[in-house]
Amino acid sequence: MLNYPFMQNAFAAGTLIAIVSGIVGVFVVARNMSFLTHTLSEIGFAGAAFGLFVGWTPLAGMLLFTSVSSVAVGQLSSKASRREAAITSISALAIGLGILFLSLSNQNASSATNILFGSVIGISRTSVLQVAILALAVIVVIMAVYRSLKFDSFDAVGARVAGIHGTTLAIIFLVALAFSVSVAAQIVGSLLIFILLTLPASAAKYFAHGVGSMIGLAILFALIGVWLGLALSYWTNWPVSFFIAVIEVLFYFIGLIFNRFTARN
Amino acid sequence: MASNETHQKIDPNDQPDSQLTEDTIMTVDKLGMKFGQKTVFQGLTFTLKRGEFLSVLGENGIGKTTLIRILLQQLRPTAGEVSFLPSRSQVTIGYVPQFRNVDTEYPLTVKDFVGLALHDHLTPWWSKHEKQRLNQVLHETDLTRIAHTPLGRVSGGELQKAYLAQALIRLPQLLILDESTASLDNNMKFELLDLLKQYQQQTQAAVIFVTHDLPLTKKYSTNFLLMQPGPYQLGTIDELNETVLEAAHA
Repeated sequence: MLNYPFMQNAFAAGTLIAIVSGIVGVFVVARNMSFLTHTLSEIGFAGAAFGLFVGWTPLAGMLLFTSVSSVAVGQLSSKASRREAAITSISALAIGLGILFLSLSNQNASSATNILFGSVIGISRTSVLQVAILALAVIVVIMAVYRSLKFDSFDAVGARVAGIHGTTLAIIFLVALAFSVSVAAQIVGSLLIFILLTLPASAAKYFAHGVGSMIGLAILFALIGVWLGLALSYWTNWPVSFFIAVIEVLFYFIGLIFNRFTARN
Repeated sequence: MASNETHQKIDPNDQPDSQLTEDTIMTVDKLGMKFGQKTVFQGLTFTLKRGEFLSVLGENGIGKTTLIRILLQQLRPTAGEVSFLPSRSQVTIGYVPQFRNVDTEYPLTVKDFVGLALHDHLTPWWSKHEKQRLNQVLHETDLTRIAHTPLGRVSGGELQKAYLAQALIRLPQLLILDESTASLDNNMKFELLDLLKQYQQQTQAAVIFVTHDLPLTKKYSTNFLLMQPGPYQLGTIDELNETVLEAAHA
């Protein structure tokens, strides 16, 4: 399997995506941003379709749309009372725009399928390099604000009193999240990005109880999902995102059961 | 201490400058707050010194939490000002609220939660010195035994101790407790305030304690600020008696 260049590329990109998703995902879950992440994936779809329409790569369109809109969505949804409605309306707009751009760009159905569900075959050496640069950028940004981000994500009340500027931190994190969404979409597709950005971290919090260990475990769960998913996809010719989804959901349910068991004891 | 030697109505023209000593850590000068047309309080003037334990009393909705939010610079007052000495950046403030967003699935251990407040360094891991301080504060607040228990699974009293430990880890010169003992049983209330008093004696920190609990106020406070409709009352704790409280509710 690993003799084929496209599979080597898929494993390399998948590994990078799993690492970024594990790191960012822990903060996504702690900040209750799973729904927002889902919306960003739909915005990513619109961005990718826009990229095809204007002749860019789908990744460039995704980066543009997710970066700009992540901050806007974050600000719009800052009030809990209107969060769901604000995110839903932007989500609807993004899907509409995505369909429009695909239609205008005269791309065939497989382009839409690739954007929505990801494609193992479509990952070239150049794509791997792009993913590596973006992944490195996200990791550097997260590490630069790690302690403040940790404080703000796990105890916003304490962070405010300690003088941490929540709005600035939120914007930095949202842009890092937008980059992560664009990176992760390369393999699982825009519809299923939130799988890697939420489920491994959600499962990890039932097994680990420090931020560092949660990140480590979330990366491990994401890596197992991506590696196993790619291998199973190669052997069965079924979509890789299907296998990743099933594996990550399985980790989450095992986490729930483990939590119930340990809580009783 | 409070600007008045005996309990009395606050004179809006009272100048806190006359009360300044080298022990003064905070001055509140003619502070007022309005939300729209509604005046929450006005003309509030007092000073706070190192080692002072000021209890803030008053009924619900009278503006106690609003005052605390102003002191924490989360709200901008509509009149007057709050000053810290020698400056705001040189006064570390610890805050212990009654509630935080901690549910039964909150994942971090007590130790990791307390350690969140160590946010100044760039390295993702704690330094040797930070680890020592963390272990010390866990020991002082009697949390060593449950240091590795997830915070979502500890009792209400242990939760408040963890909040206190997080506030203490940065060795604050001013500690603000906003109804932190309200949901605790009697033993735990006294245990928590004993820990606080112990820290205060070691460091000469000033404490502002928002509460409805008179026995706690009388046991631990040096001074009180009674917020009520109309003029406020300030005084030493010896002056807090039934007459003052009845007058407040009259």
